[in-house]
Amino acid sequence: MRTLVIDDDSAMLSIISSILTGFGCEVITASNGQEGLDRMTEFGPPDVVLVDWNMPVMNGLEFIKLVRKNPKFDGLPIVMVTTELEMSQLALTFDAGVSEYIMKPFSPIMIQEKLQMVGMSV
Amino acid sequence: MYAREKTTDPVPKGSIRFMSSVATLDPQAFSFISNLVRRKSAIILESEKAYLVESRLTPVVRELGLLNISELVSELQKPGSQSLNQRVVEAMTTNETSFFRDIHPFTALKDKILPGLIQRRAKEKSITIWSNACSSGQEPYTIAMVLAEHFPMLKNWKIRLISSDLSNRILDKARLGVFNQTEINRGLPMNYLLKYFTKEGGQWTIREDIRKMIEFRELNLVEPFPALLPKMDIVFLRNVLIYFSPETKTEILKKVQAVMHKDSYLFLGGSETTMNLNVRFEREQIGTAVCYRPVA
Repeated sequence: MRTLVIDDDSAMLSIISSILTGFGCEVITASNGQEGLDRMTEFGPPDVVLVDWNMPVMNGLEFIKLVRKNPKFDGLPIVMVTTELEMSQLALTFDAGVSEYIMKPFSPIMIQEKLQMVGMSV
Repeated sequence: MYAREKTTDPVPKGSIRFMSSVATLDPQAFSFISNLVRRKSAIILESEKAYLVESRLTPVVRELGLLNISELVSELQKPGSQSLNQRVVEAMTTNETSFFRDIHPFTALKDKILPGLIQRRAKEKSITIWSNACSSGQEPYTIAMVLAEHFPMLKNWKIRLISSDLSNRILDKARLGVFNQTEINRGLPMNYLLKYFTKEGGQWTIREDIRKMIEFRELNLVEPFPALLPKMDIVFLRNVLIYFSPETKTEILKKVQAVMHKDSYLFLGGSETTMNLNVRFEREQIGTAVCYRPVA
């Protein structure tokens, strides 16, 4: 399974990548939404995207909106990885078309459960 | 204060040895705890579960200002320590839980079991569901949310969602319907979070109408069941039997079967089965879920 992880925090990228590698996933990384879109063009759509909310250049919400507008990425599961959000912010991501959320801090089992919830076999 | 200071202890406060001494478990202490837990709950703690005794009882030791589990055992042996005994049993028997745990039973509930029961109970307009060993309530609240989300027609029915656990302490938490971020992060789909919870500070509270759907009751599976327990249509008894001996499993399953309707359903945990036990249940596969039906 190919995963795209988008986060501007290199420590967080490394933690998530290591968890996903442990599940046997191939991991592609990007440090903001725009880079994420570039990777998807370069490597083709992944099986699932894990994306941070707050990032420079293009944040997670803008990334989700652009992906959902593009028919090439129809049905692509996107999991928002967030710090604690207010309900209104969660609702915004939901309306934008996010598939699921993971709140930081998280454990490997939480990532595994969320991937399973969006239809991945891990 | 983590632990009562002992002047005879040569190890400085806060050292690794001091901290680890809280969790030190000698064989006599383990034997006392495992006997106590077996006597009160019939749960068997083999010696390889020593780590579990340490991890579950260390917070109790610290909270009471004791030095280690051996001191806790001394306290447990004093006259008038019944409530402490109960607390230790509860600490040892509280199970891990999460919303939509092992999703398959809830899919079966939504797609097949409830639609069938709604047809078969159309006259009585009554369905009773029992969530056993419910811990902090994630399982019964999941069932309640599934009912609210997919079966709005049941609003005019008599739906009883009984939820029981051995521990009154954990039931008090379950009754509140308030969950922290770690609990919310486990298994709860986003649409359910947005629809059925409100957020106050770092806590998430389940909607009042969902909370009110559940009757929480203290119940020890190894003791006689309360006489007024109604007949059940669906029973969740997941990840509980694994802790018991085959004889106790059989005894519990017979008592559970006695309160089940003939056409009802029993869910066990993924690693549990009625096979090789002297009970009359038939295994049935519903989609990706496995359930057990009582055989007369």
